[in-house]
Amino acid sequence: MITYEFLQYYWCFLVCLLGALFVFLMFVQGGQTLVWSLGRTEEQRRMLLLATGRKWELTFTTLVTFGGAFFASFPLFYSTSFGGAYWVWMLILLCFVIQAVSYEFQLKRANLLGTTTYRVFLMLNGILGPLLVGTAVGTFFFGAEFVVNKGAITDSAMPVISTWASPWHGLEAVADVRNVLLGLAVLMLTRCLAHLYFLNRVDDAEVRARSLRMLPWEIGIFLVFFLSFAACWLTAEGLALCVVKEVGVIFMPETYHYAKVLTRMPAVAALFTAGVVLVLVGLLLPLVKKGSRKGIWIAGPGTVLTVLALLLTAGWSDTYYPSLADPQSSLTLANSCSSFFTLKVMAVVSLLIPFVLAYIVWAWRTLERTPIESSDSSQIH
Amino acid sequence: MDIDASLIDWSRAQFALTAMYHWVFVPLTLGLGLIMCLMESLYVATGREFWKTTTRFWMKLFGINFAMGVATGIILEFEFGTNWSNYSWFVGDIFGAPLAVEGIVAFFLEATFIAVMFFGWNKVGRKTHLATTWLTVIGATMSAWWILVANAWMQFPVGMEFNPDTVRNEMVSFADVALSPVAVVKFLHTVSSSWVLGAVFVVGVSAWYLLRGRHREFALCSLRVAAWFGLAAALITGHTGHMSGVQIAKYQPMKLAAAEGLHQGGNSVGLVGVGLLRPGVDWSRAGEDAFLCKVDIPYGLSILATSSKDGFVPGINELLKGGYTQADGSVALSAEEKIARGKVAIAALAEYRKAKESHDSAGQDSALLRLRENFAYFGYGYLKGPEELVPPVPPTFYSFRVMVILGGYFVVLFAGMLLLGRRVEKWRPALWVALLTIPLAYAASEAGWIVAEVGRQPWSIQGLLPNAAAVSRLQPSSVQLTFFIFLILFTVLLLAELRIMCRAIADGPEKA
Repeated sequence: MITYEFLQYYWCFLVCLLGALFVFLMFVQGGQTLVWSLGRTEEQRRMLLLATGRKWELTFTTLVTFGGAFFASFPLFYSTSFGGAYWVWMLILLCFVIQAVSYEFQLKRANLLGTTTYRVFLMLNGILGPLLVGTAVGTFFFGAEFVVNKGAITDSAMPVISTWASPWHGLEAVADVRNVLLGLAVLMLTRCLAHLYFLNRVDDAEVRARSLRMLPWEIGIFLVFFLSFAACWLTAEGLALCVVKEVGVIFMPETYHYAKVLTRMPAVAALFTAGVVLVLVGLLLPLVKKGSRKGIWIAGPGTVLTVLALLLTAGWSDTYYPSLADPQSSLTLANSCSSFFTLKVMAVVSLLIPFVLAYIVWAWRTLERTPIESSDSSQIH
Repeated sequence: MDIDASLIDWSRAQFALTAMYHWVFVPLTLGLGLIMCLMESLYVATGREFWKTTTRFWMKLFGINFAMGVATGIILEFEFGTNWSNYSWFVGDIFGAPLAVEGIVAFFLEATFIAVMFFGWNKVGRKTHLATTWLTVIGATMSAWWILVANAWMQFPVGMEFNPDTVRNEMVSFADVALSPVAVVKFLHTVSSSWVLGAVFVVGVSAWYLLRGRHREFALCSLRVAAWFGLAAALITGHTGHMSGVQIAKYQPMKLAAAEGLHQGGNSVGLVGVGLLRPGVDWSRAGEDAFLCKVDIPYGLSILATSSKDGFVPGINELLKGGYTQADGSVALSAEEKIARGKVAIAALAEYRKAKESHDSAGQDSALLRLRENFAYFGYGYLKGPEELVPPVPPTFYSFRVMVILGGYFVVLFAGMLLLGRRVEKWRPALWVALLTIPLAYAASEAGWIVAEVGRQPWSIQGLLPNAAAVSRLQPSSVQLTFFIFLILFTVLLLAELRIMCRAIADGPEKA
């Protein structure tokens, strides 16, 4: 029997899965930040850009679908976070706008801004995209400054339901170092994944040697940020639903909230552990096994599992978007989701996802049968 | 505290800016895409390398244009949240679904196969490559379908019920939303007009080659394929445009009145062929002489709106004053009555919520009854006066004429090109006309959206939610800043695209 509650959890899972896939696919962004450090000649840079250039649309589409799925399944989040944390989301969008044109325009003749400008755009997208996305996702755990009052719709003069309590409209998230730590961890993870991807795809001895030299440092920095974030996350105070006599069910602060959530959801904890182990194995594989190209195929799924589990600890817990301004405004699956009917319709549509995944795999395999060589760099004129 | 009027204006301006920029690129993707598919099909059917070269050339231009369409499109999806947050909650239950379906069903199809289309010429067989080209274009067209379903729902909201507990509208029939007659006609009209634009583009570029005496065979063949395709598309566009007009008369009579500059309605009303509006007319006041001059098509508007030459068509005055008999036999309410009933509905919702909090079930029932009786006018309750119901008439009126007149002209252009056949290369004025028609196709396409969107003001959702109740609560200065950032960024990127496109055309098909 499919219940309303089941569909809320199901759609939360799908949105988290899309988010996790998006974080993995941001290896494209990580790759864009490595073009100058790994590619010393124009030919090498073209090879690197060709490798990520065949994948950027997949990342972009996942972001768009993530937005559409979030809108359809949890519209109150869409209206609260996007309408409130205006500047964070606008900056993220601007980052992706400049990426979309840069791959196509960078080497075209008469491109107005010059090749270097478009590559700087790609660099900006590569750095700011993961950093801002990670920082914004941090607010799922550590809270944001909003108030929700559905009754406001009856105030004809000011009918806005969701309002933001900070005049910085999202930029205040940067003031919480825990959000920034997650942003930096995501940025470094995308760079590490990009190294693994290039080791797998690009057939150039110099590029591979440089990548192998850089990788231990990148892994080290990633681990510093990730472990710092994990420590903050596991020890953080969160909001939990509590029954209070004569008041009802309200949100109350709970110490070590996310550590307790993991103990309450052992399957998610196992998923998280497995994901972290796979990421570490995948990252270390090319360092311990000479000539190995398979790190991306281990660290990639590991990333998806880790991020999925991380997001589920917010999504499947009491609140996935805690309000710092008014804890009782915090968003839950139940108070922010679409109607039972809409979730049912969307669930039917979601049955197409395996079919979509199948043709993505076919297209990926078709284009990636052979590694990219220097002769391929001419493909991006 | 009231919503700042400038916040609404800047939010509207930003959405209009991004939507209009997006629409510069989308119709060429849809139109050129299909032409490209036809040419590659000819290549696979005949095996002639000539068609492969031709396809690859148009595919190159398609790729340049596609990137900008993607870049401008992502902003639009998220702007519903960033700038229209109340809208996102109030109707997100219905509106979000088509956007999600678009992502899952259409956008992935397009984005996945486009990579194989561009990079797979030497990696897959001819037929498989042709399939990926078709799938890319089918994905783009399906994407348009779901976006237009969402837009059509804003023009003609169906398949939903208001839930006072969640304070939003909720979908009760997906089929009604996805297959609403307005959505079907809007899709056919918009997509066929995009095909026209694609055909005009190919005809114009081919004409340029013939004017320069370059790539003669390539240009003549491309021109012929595009002219046939364009003629068929233009005729479909004309027919679906008429169907759209009939629907507007039925569901959005104020938009029709604005598009016609029809201040005072009546029986046996003519359709304005061309006309000049009198500047400074207050359209919400009766008795204004609206035109400096005009040429009418007798009975045209009555026939369009009612299928009868004597049919009654309400003008802006009648729509505001009410009292006339509607097609279903009921008497139309005045704008003031609608606003009053809207305010009753909003007050009833407030009472319902209060009664629910105090567990007063009798109070809840009574408030709910009043809410349901008046809910059809809920959105009107946010309006300050009847004059707010009148959309900006001059842009709607002139855009409508630009769209229709140019639509007729395109039929003549394509038919002329086909009649001239291969002789066209010797008739330079015709080639110049074809070349100079390219910007006119864009003008017609944008004008169509101005009629659709400006003509439905002040509504975000027709009759249900005016802009003032849909907007996010932001500082106007924030929206101003992002408006100018988008304006500068998109303009620079558009200029870059135009230069790249011109250079690629100048290089010709050999370098594709």
